[in-house]
Amino acid sequence: MPNASPFKRLPCRPQATVTVFVEDTPIEVSQHDSAAAAVLAAGLLPSRTTPASEAPRAPYCLMGVCFECLIEIDGAPNQQGCMIPVRDGMRIRRQYGARDMHGEDHHGVA
Amino acid sequence: MTPRPPNGSRSADACVIGGGLVGIAIALGLQRHGLDVAVLDEGDVALRASRGNFGLVWVQGKGDTQPAYASITRRSARLWPDLARRLHEQTGIDVQLQQRGGLYLCLTEAELEARRQMLAKMRDAAGGDYPHETLDLAQVRDYFPDIGDEVAGATWCPEDGHLNPLLLLRALTQRFRAQGGVIDNGGRVQGIERQGEAFRVTTPSGDWSCAKVVLAAGLGNRELAPMVGLSAPVFPNRGQVLIAERVRPFLHYPTGHVRQTGEGTVQIGDSKEDVGFDSGTTTDVMAHIAHRAVRLFPLLRDVRMVRAWGALRVMTPDGYPVYEASRDCPGAYLVTCHSGVTLGALHEGPLADWIARDETDLPLEVFHAQRFAL
Repeated sequence: MPNASPFKRLPCRPQATVTVFVEDTPIEVSQHDSAAAAVLAAGLLPSRTTPASEAPRAPYCLMGVCFECLIEIDGAPNQQGCMIPVRDGMRIRRQYGARDMHGEDHHGVA
Repeated sequence: MTPRPPNGSRSADACVIGGGLVGIAIALGLQRHGLDVAVLDEGDVALRASRGNFGLVWVQGKGDTQPAYASITRRSARLWPDLARRLHEQTGIDVQLQQRGGLYLCLTEAELEARRQMLAKMRDAAGGDYPHETLDLAQVRDYFPDIGDEVAGATWCPEDGHLNPLLLLRALTQRFRAQGGVIDNGGRVQGIERQGEAFRVTTPSGDWSCAKVVLAAGLGNRELAPMVGLSAPVFPNRGQVLIAERVRPFLHYPTGHVRQTGEGTVQIGDSKEDVGFDSGTTTDVMAHIAHRAVRLFPLLRDVRMVRAWGALRVMTPDGYPVYEASRDCPGAYLVTCHSGVTLGALHEGPLADWIARDETDLPLEVFHAQRFAL
């Protein structure tokens, strides 16, 4: 699948890559990328909807301040994607609305 | 706006000192009587209990040693739907009032039994009219499927409820201003002097002249009250509160220690600490609050905390309010309490009526500060 992201990488030193799964689609990203960068590279827009009004949102500040990049990572909801580095095999999913604490494994997440 | 001379005098029918929930609610009530009202607020340095409180409209257990307090608390709770409806119509702000009952959760049988006995006494004091129930864990589960197994039970009162205190403060303020009310954030009131039939109130940004003055400055009332021949023996009591991320609704009734807002935020309280004027937070108290909340609702174990704060309650030696008109300075009134949300509808209604008309059916003599001198 061609990369549908509107974001282009700046040329820089080649880095090792890892494979993450964004909504089950595998994508190769640089090993030092954040999960939010992977979301943008995959073109997953919107990446969440808000808890109160379910308005669409996407990663914004990318420095841990705005919380717009909240995302589900490896089954754990509401993760701050821009502060979490990718690792090989990471599974990233959209965060829909508010976190539902029911049905979560309360001993195993994150 | 025309700039005023630094010491130019402005006038109003009534000056309310204190722009928190208590002051603004009374100011709004005074406007109903056609009075021209100014609210004198200290500004951003004020302690502002109204910005830190928990948001309960709470009845059960309040006034266990003072039936008149139980009575005015319930009266305010009954007045709340009308005030919330008016504010919604007038400002478009829904303060998220919900009064479908509330639970006080107990972790031990001894605590539950003590509450059962306290509420039974209150029922007797109210002539049998004090609706509540004591619930065991199985019954609590009907209200809260996610309740923890360590919970012994709860007391339930159908008259309890909650609202969003920040939206309330905004709605009251917006309505007050829309009706021509002035909020002067010019700093702490420095003096109140009786001059003939009027009061002269001195602030760093100038003087106010008014026929009536209402002291609603929370902990600031301690210094203000002697200026009008009254006494306000109030002292700070700190409560710390934790705020969790927004989650899907799982709590459909408020409890004494955990509630969920209309947007899904989980608010977790609280502490009662004698630490003077320090409104900060401490790790040990926050840990204790979080630990209790997880015992009550184990699914909170993995929820993320996003904020915590401390705020100072405005306490009196017996915990009850002071409502008193000055004998030495007719036209001066003292209002102080630590339940600005629960009593908000009373303050906007019958209490403001008392200040406007100097007559009331409220049992106010019970709430004179004189009681602390006995």
